[in-house]
Amino acid sequence: MLTVSSTKQCGTFQLDVSFDAPTPGVVALFGPSGCGKTTTVNILAGLMRPDRGRVTLDDTVFYDTDLRVDVPAEKRRIGYVFQDARLFPHLNVAGNLRFAERRAARSGRIGFDQVVGMLELQPLMTRRVHQLSGGEKQRVAIGRALLTQPRLLLLDEPLASLDRDRREEVLPYLETLRDRLAIPMVYVSHRFDEVLRLATHIVLMQSGSVAAQGGIGTISLDRRLRAMIDPDAVGAVVDGTVVGRESSGGLLRVRIGSGELQVNAASPPGTTLRVQLLARDIIVATQKPEFLSVRNQLKGIVTAIEDDGASDLISIDVGSGREGGGGGPSILARITKAATRELALAPAKPVWALVKSVALRGVTSAGSPHE
Amino acid sequence: MIWLSPDESEALRLSLSVAIRSVAISVPAALGVAWILTRRRFLGHTLLDAMVHLPLVLPPVAVGYVLLLLFGARGPIGGWLKSVFGIQLIFTRNGAALATAVMSFPLMVRAIRISLESIDRGLEDAARTLGAGAVDRFATITLPLMLPGLLAGAITAFSAALGEFGAVITFVSNIPGETRTLPLALYSALQEPGAEHAAARLAVLSVTLGLAGLLVSEWFARRVRRMLGR
Repeated sequence: MLTVSSTKQCGTFQLDVSFDAPTPGVVALFGPSGCGKTTTVNILAGLMRPDRGRVTLDDTVFYDTDLRVDVPAEKRRIGYVFQDARLFPHLNVAGNLRFAERRAARSGRIGFDQVVGMLELQPLMTRRVHQLSGGEKQRVAIGRALLTQPRLLLLDEPLASLDRDRREEVLPYLETLRDRLAIPMVYVSHRFDEVLRLATHIVLMQSGSVAAQGGIGTISLDRRLRAMIDPDAVGAVVDGTVVGRESSGGLLRVRIGSGELQVNAASPPGTTLRVQLLARDIIVATQKPEFLSVRNQLKGIVTAIEDDGASDLISIDVGSGREGGGGGPSILARITKAATRELALAPAKPVWALVKSVALRGVTSAGSPHE
Repeated sequence: MIWLSPDESEALRLSLSVAIRSVAISVPAALGVAWILTRRRFLGHTLLDAMVHLPLVLPPVAVGYVLLLLFGARGPIGGWLKSVFGIQLIFTRNGAALATAVMSFPLMVRAIRISLESIDRGLEDAARTLGAGAVDRFATITLPLMLPGLLAGAITAFSAALGEFGAVITFVSNIPGETRTLPLALYSALQEPGAEHAAARLAVLSVTLGLAGLLVSEWFARRVRRMLGR
């Protein structure tokens, strides 16, 4: 468990954050620019001292005002990947990596060759820092942070300075890191698509404090998240399990709550796939629809109806499939207010949710562990 | 040095020896002062900054005179050095080195300060998160990154030390073989009737040395810039 509670006054800006995140896992600090994400990460790393607070990871106390504990940054063993990479310009790539390795705990379990292999750094080793592209710099920076044998890895918008293609080039490496090394990570981003692909836990930040926090499924339904992202990007994020392949087509059958979706992907049975069901792509029916081309249909129960300006957002629990069930995954549907009236939608009403399209947001855990 | 007379080569050797000693004294001192002026905020910051720059605006003779007062046989520091360590600075080449070090000190501090200020502090933070303590960070990140400025400053200070006249002649006098460096030898030649030829030769030698120093400094700075990809 990573526990942070800190206050800090920076000029007129007041930071007051507090969150707990399960470890290992990827905690995303998500929020608009200037909401205190980087300050929070700097406090975690020990590069900034909070006015008051406490920072702990499992049994280790890094900072505690009351206990007068303040472990210096160089002793915390917290890896930090900065937005601007911060590679040392007087050393080449190998020199940068060795810098970290030489100062790391000897009992490290992440090997030099493993890091070089995982991030495919071999061809870059003798290059100087200014000869690297933005994406390559970040890969080296990630490798360098890993070689300190970190207990916690902080990534402060590592992709923000990269263009779209370079981002796509680095993201898979971050997914590999998450899946192959059990290092807790804190990932700072103001891009929801990155968060969706990487995070297991989200901390929503706004103007210096935590607006909401929780698992990605819960937060994807949260009203406060909606205020921060594009209305078209609103939708439930659900981790489903691959159960097999559909007989006729080549589509994968993915179990979501009590129903199944057919997804165009290739993953072995047992794999957990993260899918996003955008609210605008969901059609609500009060009877089991027939004679329709839409194949993906989930049975559920309306749990809430929210006014969302021109339309309504309907929360549907698709977890139980049983009467009076609950606690399963929920999805969001955006429909017109007229439709809400005509269908007489109300909480506890059983409905069918037709999913027009399923956006795949990456694999969050492999089916058959082979390592 | 076959094309130099014994006197000339002695003055040249002495100049080089004094300049080397001068740089050896001023590099660590300038490093410390530049560090304090760049990284620390304290009462008297402006005063220290002004003191460092004083030799730039004072007549060199005045600097030599102040040194004489402080480091002379009966001066507060000179008397102490003599009685405790048996070190005498006046009328010696070490004294000449001290005088040139004081004169070139502002140049050195300026060069080091500029390179210290140009270092991205974020790199030092990055080194901290990689487990480097304060001394480690200075030795492995800060010092190498400021090395171009430090060396350029040292070479310029060295060249300036070769040419220092006023402070040297005031503080340590003009003793052949001990404190008569090139500029002092040139001055002596000009005082001597019929030694115009000797004076011209010494002047050419001085110009050559100074030019070489500046060229080496420039070449070096360019090379390092290329290495760092700037």
